Amino acid sequence: MSLIHEIDYGTPASKAEKDVTLSIDGRAVTVPEGTSLMRAAMEAGVQVPKLCATDMMDAFGSCRLCVVEVEGRNGTPASCTTPVAEGMKVSTQTDRLKAIRKGVMELYISDHPLDCLTCAANGDCELQDMAGAVGLREVRYGYDGENHLGKAKDVSNPYFQFDPSKCIVCSRCVRACNEVQGTFALTVSGRGFDSIISAGTQFDDFLSSECVSCGACVQACPTATLEEKSVIAIGTPEHSLVTTCAYCGVGCSFKAEMRGEELVRMVPYKDGKANRGHSCVKGRFALGYATHKDRILNPMIRDHYSQPWKEVSWDEALSFAAGKIKDIQAKYGRGAVGGISSSRCTNEEVFLVQKLVRAGFGNNNIDTCARVCHSPTGYGLNSTFGTSAGTQDFDSVEHSDVILVIGANPTDGHPVFGSRMKKRLRGKPGQPGAKLIVIDPRRIDLVKTPHIKADHHLALKPGTNVAMLTALAHVIVTEGLIDERFVRERCELDEFQEWAAFVAEERHSPEATAAITGVPADEVRNAARLYATGGNAAIYYGLGVTEHSQGSTAVIGIANLAMATGNIGREGVGVNPLRGQNNVQGSCDMGSFPHELPGYRHISIDAVRESFEELWGVKLDNEPGLRIPNMFDAAVEGTFKGLYCQGEDILQSDPDTKHVSAGLEALELLIVHDLFLNETANYANVFLPGSSFLEKNGTFTNAERRINRVRKVMSPKNGYEDWQVTQMLAQAIGMDMTYADPSEIMAEIAATTPSFANVTYDLLDEKGSVQWPCNETHPEGSPVMHVGEFMRGRGKFIVTEYVATDERTGPRFPLLLTTGRILSQYNVGAQTRRTENVVWHDQDLLEIHPHDAEQRGVRNGDWVKLQSRAGETSIKAKITDRVAPGVVYTTFHHPMTQANVITTDFSDWATNCPEYKVTAVQISPSNGPTEWQEDYRELTMESRRIVPSEAAE
Amino acid sequence: MERDKLVYMANQIAKFFESSPEGARSQGVADHINKFWEPRMRTQLFERFDEGRTEGMHPLVIEAQPEIRRPAAPLEARTTSQQDASAS
Ligand code: SF4
Ligand code: SF4
Ligand code: SF4
Ligand code: FES
Repeated sequence: MSLIHEIDYGTPASKAEKDVTLSIDGRAVTVPEGTSLMRAAMEAGVQVPKLCATDMMDAFGSCRLCVVEVEGRNGTPASCTTPVAEGMKVSTQTDRLKAIRKGVMELYISDHPLDCLTCAANGDCELQDMAGAVGLREVRYGYDGENHLGKAKDVSNPYFQFDPSKCIVCSRCVRACNEVQGTFALTVSGRGFDSIISAGTQFDDFLSSECVSCGACVQACPTATLEEKSVIAIGTPEHSLVTTCAYCGVGCSFKAEMRGEELVRMVPYKDGKANRGHSCVKGRFALGYATHKDRILNPMIRDHYSQPWKEVSWDEALSFAAGKIKDIQAKYGRGAVGGISSSRCTNEEVFLVQKLVRAGFGNNNIDTCARVCHSPTGYGLNSTFGTSAGTQDFDSVEHSDVILVIGANPTDGHPVFGSRMKKRLRGKPGQPGAKLIVIDPRRIDLVKTPHIKADHHLALKPGTNVAMLTALAHVIVTEGLIDERFVRERCELDEFQEWAAFVAEERHSPEATAAITGVPADEVRNAARLYATGGNAAIYYGLGVTEHSQGSTAVIGIANLAMATGNIGREGVGVNPLRGQNNVQGSCDMGSFPHELPGYRHISIDAVRESFEELWGVKLDNEPGLRIPNMFDAAVEGTFKGLYCQGEDILQSDPDTKHVSAGLEALELLIVHDLFLNETANYANVFLPGSSFLEKNGTFTNAERRINRVRKVMSPKNGYEDWQVTQMLAQAIGMDMTYADPSEIMAEIAATTPSFANVTYDLLDEKGSVQWPCNETHPEGSPVMHVGEFMRGRGKFIVTEYVATDERTGPRFPLLLTTGRILSQYNVGAQTRRTENVVWHDQDLLEIHPHDAEQRGVRNGDWVKLQSRAGETSIKAKITDRVAPGVVYTTFHHPMTQANVITTDFSDWATNCPEYKVTAVQISPSNGPTEWQEDYRELTMESRRIVPSEAAE
Repeated sequence: MERDKLVYMANQIAKFFESSPEGARSQGVADHINKFWEPRMRTQLFERFDEGRTEGMHPLVIEAQPEIRRPAAPLEARTTSQQDASAS
C-alpha cells in the first residue's frame, strides 16, 4: 500500500466540446478549447513549476513561476492563465525561463524560515518541491532583510493552525474559501510585500471569524502555513485508502491517510463524484469519536436494566441474547420480536439485519430510522414516479437555472452539496447564477449569504407546506404555465385532469391560502412563475417537508409541480430529497421497511417473496410487519417483547420520549449494538459493541443513489465489523449464515434485486462508484432517472388536500416549535459531541424572535422552560429575527436538552413519520434544568454502571 | 386523556383519500391499510368494527371495512424460519 497521489493539473478542466491541438516541448497534445497551457502540458506529461495555481480553483497568475515561451509571441506568459490555441508551439524549459524561475524562488525563500527538517509539511510541501524543481542552490539576498518571520501562530481552530511566517501569499486559501466553499472568510490585506492573509476582521482569529472549518484552505495551501494539527502531532502519512464519509447523505469520498493503523488525516478525493474534492468540518476533521474513551469495546449483559452492566465474552452475550429471543417467541409468539436497522450502517449490514428478522425471527418486524426522516419520500415518490429516490446526481445542479429549496438547510445539513449549490447560485463571469426560491419558516443561511440572495423567501408558517405547494400549483395551472407536451407524452392524463381541476379551485389560490401560510399572495405568484418559466428548475427538499403529519402529501405535491412543468428527466431539473444520515437511501433500498423487500417491492407480491424464499429456504410472511412507532405501541400493550437495535439511538431521536421509554421499559430483551452506551442503552440488557466506518468494508448509498465503497483502514477495536456481529447473532439463533466478506453479501443483493443486478465490488473498484439502477439496461448506472419514461411508466398526478395538523396553537401553547440541525453537529450528536466540534456548539439553544422574547421577559442566554402538551424541558434562549414572531426553533444534538420530551406522537398519515417540525409550545423564564432533566441525568448515570469481568484465571 | 391512536391513524388516512375521485376513496383507504398495517393493528381495527365501536371513525374507514383484509391464520402458520430448520 502506498499514498494515493492525485495529479494536480493546475487549472480546472475545460467543459468546451471543441478540441484544439498544439505542441508542448515538441509533443503534440489535443485538449478542449479553453484549457490552460499548464493543464495541457500536464496532459502531455510535462509538469510546469507552479505555486499559486491548483486545479480546484480558477487560475490567478500571481507567482510567475509557471512562465513559458510561445513561438511567435513576445515575453513569457504565465501558463496557468494562458489558454491554448490551435497550432501553438510552447517551450516550458529554456535558459530564460530557468533564470526567471530561479529569481522568483530566491525571493520566496529569502522570506521563508528554513526549518524544513522540523517543519510539519516536510516532504509534503510544494515550496520545497519547487525549490528543487527550479534547481535553487543559493539565495543571494541573505536572510536578514525585512521579512515575515516570527509572527504569532493562530491556533484557535481545534483542527488546524495558521503560521503566518510561512505564508507565501499565493492566495490559494482565499480562493478556496471563496470559490470552493463559498464562505468568503479569508482576505488578503495590505499590498505588495506587506500583504498578509487574515481570517475575518483584524480582531478575529479563525475561530471567531466566519470560518466554518471546512478545511478547503488547508488542503489548498502549498506550504505549512495552514496545516492540520494531526499532521503536526503525528507526522506525514505513508499510505492511504479511498473511503466514504459516514456522516451525511452527501456521501463525500475521502482518502484516509494513515501511518500504520493510526489515522493521520482525511483528505477529500478529487475523483469522488459527490464531492469533487471538497468536504465539510465533520467528514474531514470530526473523527475523534472513533477512538474516544467512551467507546465500549466488550460485550455486556444484565438481567434487567436497573442492574449494572457485566462485561462478558462474545459467546456468552450472544447465547444470552439468542436464548431470550427463543424464549420470548415461545412464550409470546413469533411476532413478539423485531429489529431496527441503522441508516449509518453499510448496505451489506442493513441487508443482513432485515434477513435476520425475516428469515431468522420469521416475521417482518424490521424498520429503520429512516422511518423518522424520509419514509414519506418513499411513499410520495413511489406513488407518483414509481420509485423512491432522488432523480438527479449532484453534478446536475451546475445546469439549473432555478433552484427551489423547501424544508432543507443545505449549508448546515448537507454542507458540501450546499457549497456546490452556492457556486451555481453565484454564477461566474459571463454565466449568471441560478435564481433561488427558498420556502422555509426560518431565514436559513442560504437566503442571504455572501454574493447570494434568494429571489424569493416564502417564510411560511410551520405545518403549511401542502397549502403552499398547492397554491404554487394553482398559479401554474390557472396562468397557463403547464408544460403540456411533457404532460401529454409522459403522464397519466385522467389523473392530470383531476389534479388540474382540483388545484384550479379558487380556495387553493395564493390569495385564499395566504391566511393559512402567512405568505403574501404576490410573493407566491412570482415564485410560481419563476419556477415554471425560468428554465431548468430543480427542487431540493429535506426533513422540513417530510417530518409533518402531511409529509407524504407534501412530497407528492413536489412531484406534481415537477411533472406539471416538465422538470423531470434531464440534467439541471428534478426532485431531490436531501437525505439526513449517510446511508438513508441505502437502508431504504435494502428492504429495511416492514412492508417491502429490497428494491421497494411489496412483501405481498408472491414472485418477489418466492425469489428470497428459494434462496433462504424459509417461507416468508406476506403481511407487513410493525413500524417503529407501532413497535412501541405493541410493547406498551404487551405483545412485543424483544428488539435488536443496530446503531440507532431511538430514545433520543424519536419523538415523544416518554412514550418511547415506556415502550422500551416494557421489553424483556433489548439488544443495543452501537459504539457507545447511547440513551437507548439505558433500557438495554444486551450490549454488542459496534465498529466505526474506518474499521469495516462495505458500501454506502448517498442521496443521489450513488453506491460508494467504504474501506477498512484499521482493525475493529471491538474485534468485529458490524456485519460480523449480526452474523454471529444470526448463527446463535440457529441460522445458517456464513459470509466471509461483505462482497458476498453484495452478490446476494445483486442476485435478488433487479436495480442492483450489475453491482459488484469489482465494478465499484473500477468505476469508483455507480448510481442505481445499475443492471442490464443501465450497465454503468444512471445519473438521471426517468429519462424516456417514469419508472412506473407514466407519471401519476395525485390530488393534495391541505389538512391542518391537529397540533395547533391555542391560548396555552401559543408558539410553534420547529427543529433542525447545525453544521458542526450531527443528528443526535453521539459522534460529533465526542469531537472537538463542541467548540462551535456546546449546547442546544432555543431561537426566539425579539418580540416574543420581550413579551415573556426573556433575555438572550436566559434559561427558559419550554412546555408542550407532551412534556416540558429547559433550554437557553437565543434571541434572533431569523425566526418569525410566533415561531421558535431548536436543534436536538444534545441529550440533556431532551427536545423530544416536547415533541408529540402525531405523525405522517401514510408512513407514521413523526411530526418533528411542528409542536405547539409555551415558554417562560426558568432557573435551570427541569426535574425530569435532573432525574434523567441520574437514571443515565445509574444505568451506565459497568462491572468489569473478572480477570481470567 | 389518551386519544384512540388506531382510529386516529385510520381517520388521517381517510382524510387524504377524501379528495380522491369518487369511487376510489374507500378503496384507497382499504388498500393503504392492507399495505401498511401489521395484522395485529388490523385485528384491533376489526375488534372495533365487530363490537360496533365505530364512533369517532371517519365514514370512509367504515365504508372501507369490506375491503380491509381480516388477518388470517397466526404468524406461526404463515411462515417458517431458519431457526425451525436448526431445531428439527
Ligand atoms: S476552513 Fe473553510 S471556511 Fe474556514 S477559512 Fe478555510 S476554506 Fe474558509
Ligand atoms: S496561507 Fe498558504 S495558501 Fe494561503 S496565501 Fe499563505 S501560503 Fe498561500
Ligand atoms: S458534507 Fe456530509 S458526507 Fe461530506 S464531509 Fe460533510 S458530513 Fe461528510
Ligand atoms: S502558477 Fe501560474 S502564476 Fe502562479
